[in-house]
Amino acid sequence: MYDTEKLGTDVNQTETKISARNVQVYYGDTHAIKDVNVDIDAKAVTAFIGPSGCGKSTFLRCINRMNDTIDVCRVEGDIKIDGEDIYDKRVDPVQLRAKVGMVFQKPNPFPKSIYDNIAYGPRIHGLAKNKAELDEIVEKSLRRGAIWNEVKDRLHAPGTGLSGGQQQRLCIARAVATEPEVLLMDEPCSALDPIATAQVEELIDELRDQYSVVIVTHSMQQAARVSQKTAFFHLGNLVEYGDTSQIFTNPKDERTESYITGRIG
Amino acid sequence: MPLSWLVLLVLALAAAGYFIGRIRVLKLAGGDVRALHSLPIYYGTNVALSVAVPALAVLLVWLLAQPTLIERSVSGMIAPEMIPEGSNLNLVMSDVRRVADGLNTAIAGGAMSLAEVDAMDATVVDVRARLGELGVALGQDVRPEVLAAAKSYRSAAVTGNTMRTLIVLALAVIGFGISFSKTNPDYRARNVVERAVLALLMAAASLAILTTVGIVLSMLFETINFFGLHNWRDFFFGTTWAPNFRGDSELSILPLLWGTLYISFIALLVAVPIGLFAAIYLSEYAGPKTRAFAKPLLEILAGIPTIVYGLFALLTVGPMLVNLFGQSGSLGVDWMSGATSVLTAGVVMGIMLIPFVSSLSDDIINAVPQAMRDGSLGLGATSSETIRQVVIPAALPGIVGAILLAASRAIGETMIVVMGAGAIAKFSLNPFESMTTITTRIVSQLTGDGDFASPETLVAFALGLTLFVLTLGLNVLALYIVRKYREQYE
Repeated sequence: MYDTEKLGTDVNQTETKISARNVQVYYGDTHAIKDVNVDIDAKAVTAFIGPSGCGKSTFLRCINRMNDTIDVCRVEGDIKIDGEDIYDKRVDPVQLRAKVGMVFQKPNPFPKSIYDNIAYGPRIHGLAKNKAELDEIVEKSLRRGAIWNEVKDRLHAPGTGLSGGQQQRLCIARAVATEPEVLLMDEPCSALDPIATAQVEELIDELRDQYSVVIVTHSMQQAARVSQKTAFFHLGNLVEYGDTSQIFTNPKDERTESYITGRIG
Repeated sequence: MPLSWLVLLVLALAAAGYFIGRIRVLKLAGGDVRALHSLPIYYGTNVALSVAVPALAVLLVWLLAQPTLIERSVSGMIAPEMIPEGSNLNLVMSDVRRVADGLNTAIAGGAMSLAEVDAMDATVVDVRARLGELGVALGQDVRPEVLAAAKSYRSAAVTGNTMRTLIVLALAVIGFGISFSKTNPDYRARNVVERAVLALLMAAASLAILTTVGIVLSMLFETINFFGLHNWRDFFFGTTWAPNFRGDSELSILPLLWGTLYISFIALLVAVPIGLFAAIYLSEYAGPKTRAFAKPLLEILAGIPTIVYGLFALLTVGPMLVNLFGQSGSLGVDWMSGATSVLTAGVVMGIMLIPFVSSLSDDIINAVPQAMRDGSLGLGATSSETIRQVVIPAALPGIVGAILLAASRAIGETMIVVMGAGAIAKFSLNPFESMTTITTRIVSQLTGDGDFASPETLVAFALGLTLFVLTLGLNVLALYIVRKYREQYE
């Protein structure tokens, strides 16, 4: 739909998928996220960068309310997806998470077969009417996860037996299987070797034409490679947000510049 | 020298050695601790250990060996034809020991001199009356050969004790001398002490293992005795349990095994769902505050003595079940006639097992990585879907292990079934009837006043050994499963 190129293109014409206003997050007494405002584009890759402990993962987990599973965590402010407040009382976080998929830092396939890993979400949400449809969803998701060719002959082998990079692509395929609109990725490549990382990055780039992808990463090169927009977090504040090309070539804030040139972080 | 004095003396020497070792090494180093290889306490400990360990070890071996050796040499003096009708060598030897003790008391009390004892002749003197005056009561008159044996027993013991004292003290002094001469700032006392600690720990571990082996062996020998008196086919494959103290009993394990397994099955039927659900609630749903007080409360159940559970079964649960299922009970079904039944024992045992199942399952569920839950929740699964489809399957091997451990507890449980299950051995599927178990039969066969050498008593050992093999097998299986599961996430 929006055939944007990776870097340096005009992304203003895209629509906003997620909009956050005055978001505050507290872990007990710790104020982890301070007054974050951000608009995340649909069908684009947005990268969150920043030093460890800056709150980028915490903010990511607010977008699908995974922070609800942590007792001491408290979220204030508004986060809207397609104009709908996801922290509204009427919103069921379980339904929300089906719409906003998540891929975690460490590959976490369930101790089940590859097939059952992918079929897990569709089964829970009743996406397939029969076995044939489920087979189709599994194949489609595995193809989308760019892992079909490697596992098509052993769909019933345990998912935990795959290599790290394959496991992570399996997890991406698993997240894709529930047909989400937004895909959140929390440092998806930090546990992978460079070759597996390259494969996953390629996959992320392909996913962009169907999903809004938000990726947290420690690697600035990765952010520059895969994202169209970049947000720099520092000490719980969103310091700067803009086109990736602009952030990396012409940062407006001094702290952003210090971080991308390696002086802080 | 009395034994306690000897031990105290060795310990005192060791304590003195500790201080002397410290002082000596400090003096050699010119008072500078940094010049030493080890801290001064290690030099002191090294001397103390060198004094005490060999001396006390030899003392221990001596104490175990001396009575056996003397007994063996003295019992050679009693020819088989001297043993009276209806008696045996053991009884005669215990007479010998009593007389020897009496002679010792007499000498120690100053009533007789050593020479008098040596000169005493049973054909002339009434030894029984003489010792009776001194407060040593004997069951029968002392025959000459017994007196002679007692005299040599006594003198051997006295010689042995003297030698014991001398050798132990010599060892203590030698140990002191060697370690004292070795004590210098370059000596690696710390490493020696470390080895002593290692030896201590290994001794403790092997003692525990050897005890198990000892238990098995003692059971095994009595079981072999039993199978010498009773047909093993009847024991393993017979269908009737009817001990008869006039002999000719039918002693078959099968009815008892049936009762044991049936009661254990009912107990697990109660304990597994409740325990597992409690564990799931505690580990997945309960907040830290609820967990902090609910978990210890649940574990209190594990601390209740089983006899209390037995009382509970007999006085509360049994009558309650009769009120429900008995004649003129509230259900009006007349299924149950007495308070003791399979159901009573099973339910109460199930309650006892809840904390086992819940505590172990709780640990195992907690060991499932949070990443699994996050992955499932992140796909839009609810908590219960996550638990049912991801957490429990991941934890299943461990949970099966926990259930097997609970089962082996149930099979070996005694007090609850003694009080709650009844005493009738039979095959029946009716849970409202009384039945009996292996453990209750062991109790009743051993606590009766039957002849110890009869098959009716010895069958207890065969039952015990079978039970042991059964629970050991279950435990090994459970541990194997649990361990295999643990490897998955490491």
